[in-house]
Amino acid sequence: MTKSNKIIELEQVVIRFSGDSGDGMQLTGTLFSNLSAILGNEISTFPDYPAEIRAPHGTLDGVSGFQVHLGAQKIMTPGDKADVLVVMNPAALKVNVHEIKPGGVIIYDEDTFNTTGFQKAGFETENPFVELGLKDVQLLSVPLTEMTKLSLEGSTFDSKAAGRSKNMFALGLVCWLFNRPIDKAQEFLMKKFSKKPEVLRANIKVLVDGYHYGNNIHLAVSTYRIGKSNIEKGRYTSINGNKAVAYGLIAAAQKAGLQLFLGSYPITPASDIMHELAARKDLGVRVIQSEDEIAGISTAIGASFAGNLAVTSTSGPGLALKSEAIGLAVMAELPLVIVDVQRGGPSTGLPTKTEQADLLQALYGRNGESPLVVMAASTPDNCFDYAYMAAKIAIEHVTPVILLTDGFIANGTALWKLPSLNDFPSIEPPRAIVDASEWKPYLRDPEKLNRYWMMPGTEGFMHRIGGLEKHCITGEISTDPVNHQKMVDVRRMKVEKVADFIPPLTIYGDEESDTLLVGWGSTYGHLRSAVDELRESGKKIALAHFNYILPLPRNTHEVLSHYSKIIVCELNGGQFASYLRSQIQGVTFQQYNKVQGQPFEVEELVVYVSTIL
Amino acid sequence: MSVISYTPQDFKSDQYVRWCPGCGNFAILNAIYKALVEVGVSPAQTAVISGIGCSSRLSYYMNTYGFHTIHGRATAIATGVKVANPALSVWQFTGDGDCLAIGGNHFIHALRRNIDINIVLHNNEIYGLTKGQFSPTSPKGLITKSSPFGTIERPFKPAELIFGAGGTFFARTVDVDIPTSVEAMVAAAKHRGTSVVEVLQNCVIFNDGAYKTISTKELRVENTILLKQGEPMLFGKNQEKGLVLDGFNLKAVMVGQNGITENDVLIHDATTPDFFLHQRLAAMSGPDLPIAMGVIRNVSEPTYDEELVNQIHEVQSHSSVKTFEDLLNSIESWEI
Repeated sequence: MTKSNKIIELEQVVIRFSGDSGDGMQLTGTLFSNLSAILGNEISTFPDYPAEIRAPHGTLDGVSGFQVHLGAQKIMTPGDKADVLVVMNPAALKVNVHEIKPGGVIIYDEDTFNTTGFQKAGFETENPFVELGLKDVQLLSVPLTEMTKLSLEGSTFDSKAAGRSKNMFALGLVCWLFNRPIDKAQEFLMKKFSKKPEVLRANIKVLVDGYHYGNNIHLAVSTYRIGKSNIEKGRYTSINGNKAVAYGLIAAAQKAGLQLFLGSYPITPASDIMHELAARKDLGVRVIQSEDEIAGISTAIGASFAGNLAVTSTSGPGLALKSEAIGLAVMAELPLVIVDVQRGGPSTGLPTKTEQADLLQALYGRNGESPLVVMAASTPDNCFDYAYMAAKIAIEHVTPVILLTDGFIANGTALWKLPSLNDFPSIEPPRAIVDASEWKPYLRDPEKLNRYWMMPGTEGFMHRIGGLEKHCITGEISTDPVNHQKMVDVRRMKVEKVADFIPPLTIYGDEESDTLLVGWGSTYGHLRSAVDELRESGKKIALAHFNYILPLPRNTHEVLSHYSKIIVCELNGGQFASYLRSQIQGVTFQQYNKVQGQPFEVEELVVYVSTIL
Repeated sequence: MSVISYTPQDFKSDQYVRWCPGCGNFAILNAIYKALVEVGVSPAQTAVISGIGCSSRLSYYMNTYGFHTIHGRATAIATGVKVANPALSVWQFTGDGDCLAIGGNHFIHALRRNIDINIVLHNNEIYGLTKGQFSPTSPKGLITKSSPFGTIERPFKPAELIFGAGGTFFARTVDVDIPTSVEAMVAAAKHRGTSVVEVLQNCVIFNDGAYKTISTKELRVENTILLKQGEPMLFGKNQEKGLVLDGFNLKAVMVGQNGITENDVLIHDATTPDFFLHQRLAAMSGPDLPIAMGVIRNVSEPTYDEELVNQIHEVQSHSSVKTFEDLLNSIESWEI
């Protein structure tokens, strides 16, 4: 190692922390990204963890990763491949061998790179780097385990406990490498471990020692600095999609003047929505952790009948179980928000991985003609906006709304400017506009076609609703053929009318290009970044990204018909493409699909589009 | 506030009642009208939730807020209604198929939570609306459309399921005995927590005579015992028979014979938390022992809705977060 130490300015950098699922990689990554955000960087993060809580130590199955993308410019994705890869053991190296950029830096714990470690990771030789064919990388070998033990020597921690702090040594090291002052990291740790002073002291000691270690031995030839981004001034936090959904619902309930209710059953990767809302008893949020997925939605339907802003949160398998009850909400016409945090399927599938393959289930997965509103958030932070809008539409149009997010944006974080509720539209629960004596349960608003939402406890408006077909005004049971047709039509038209209340489809990029990329939901960041890259290289390309899926924006046909080549890019086998084909006539849709449980990479999109332009 | 009193008419909707002529559900409907008058809660503050099946049509016949839902889910939906607005008086009408087969999971968990809802379980030991299949309470061997050679399944005894799931209130009546049904329903309404009133209900079409041993006043005097809180367990035409414990089992004895006096007869206590005796009473099924009627168990335990509201108030009293804006101010954030 040379002693010269220069600072290189970077526009952006991708760092990936990887280790055993017990190594604390998620915490390390979160601390580092928050630290960077405070220093004025744009951030985007993505945890990539196994379904097993603690798979056998040192094995490939147990590898847990956390990727951070920092930049001085707008950052839309957590980055494709890492500039810096931190690996705590040989298994982490093996799992991430394709996640490192050419010329990238690998920092590894040399104390775990021994025969036992190699065997657990299934290496056949004693030189994993050669065995993996890793050539164009810089290797930084650090005795992480040993240094951490030394750092805690004399403390009350045994060596096993000390071993658990080595993520802090790595964090200290990375802080040095990227010129992050560690006092901020210490502040975070103080909050995190305020109730465990022993653990706090140990973590801070190891963190500081890791930082000084890098500094003292000039571990790398150079260190790096990422400039401050010139984003809008204001108060920011970093937020993941699940938390943003919970906050959006809280905001909507407050704006509507309603009590918020969640009925939910634990399921990966949606449970954090329940955790977040269960913690908000101070705001009067009522959460039932139900006995099963069906009870999750059923309690919510009951709460909606009783006048709450009612929500159920789940993932694909849970959405399947809720199907019949969603049909009841469609039939009875009650406001209801159903959040589906999609994951890899079918069946149990890939619980901790991301996918967009529940779209057709959301659109059509019920018996009978059963229309409802389907929408999708596209970034971790706009999960707030779309949860808010899902609640607004559900309440004002008196309909169930399915809000689709997925594991990628649910767990990924982005910088979020704290909103002011004054900037959000009002939410007006539609109440009867006539006296009780004239009112009937299925009288409708002439503009939106919603019925009016009158709840138990209101004197005079006693009425009965249910899952049986009902007379179009009185709500009494009806099997009359003409009435059934009328009700089927009106339920469809009510949902179609929502299109009058959502923003039009817009184009990003070269409006006048021939080629249009189409996406929906969480692929927005990757698609937009790909468009940016293609345009920088002189190519003409545009992007139309959908957040409102049923109904589609009114101008969808008009916008799409301007382009001769349309490629629908999605993380499924082509579900949105087939939906568009059924809805938009006279336009040809090509597809770019990936179903690997992973988000797109910007590079693969750029390469693909370049070949067809 | 003046006390408003209601009449049965106030709880009757204008809907035509569509059960088969002679169905036991008519009597149950009449009983609930009368019971709600006694309970005294206004129709507007009353929510009637039902699932699917003959029993569950009942919500249409009530001039309250009513919700006829989907098969098996009424318990969960009623739970949501109560949590959303604990001030409501929430009733659920359900059958043995709806409640104990497809809805079994929600049923046991409502009991475990002790959410304050009143469940009237119409037990006719058969599926009626789907036209005559055996149910989870059908006796073993019953020949039905789906068990042409007799069902080989062992039936649930609802009371045992209820006690096992932590139920705090259980009463049993038979459809034709409207006064006892009314009494049980009123007691269920007064009880805080999940109350279950099992009404043994005759299905004239698919399982007629399932309760023929107790279908008349005379037969009930001989074959049932009406349990009353704090009173000796006496039955028979002249209250000449009584129940005593014989080891862990109940035994019917003649008072005045073999030196047995009324003092030897057990006193009914529905309020004792231990359900041993309640279970023994509920298990009596004739002919040696009378079928137990009335309120068998009525125990006071905290309810889910009370606990939830208390916890909210407790947290609110300590928290400075009162609004969404406060929430934003409370989280880690920074100026850029």
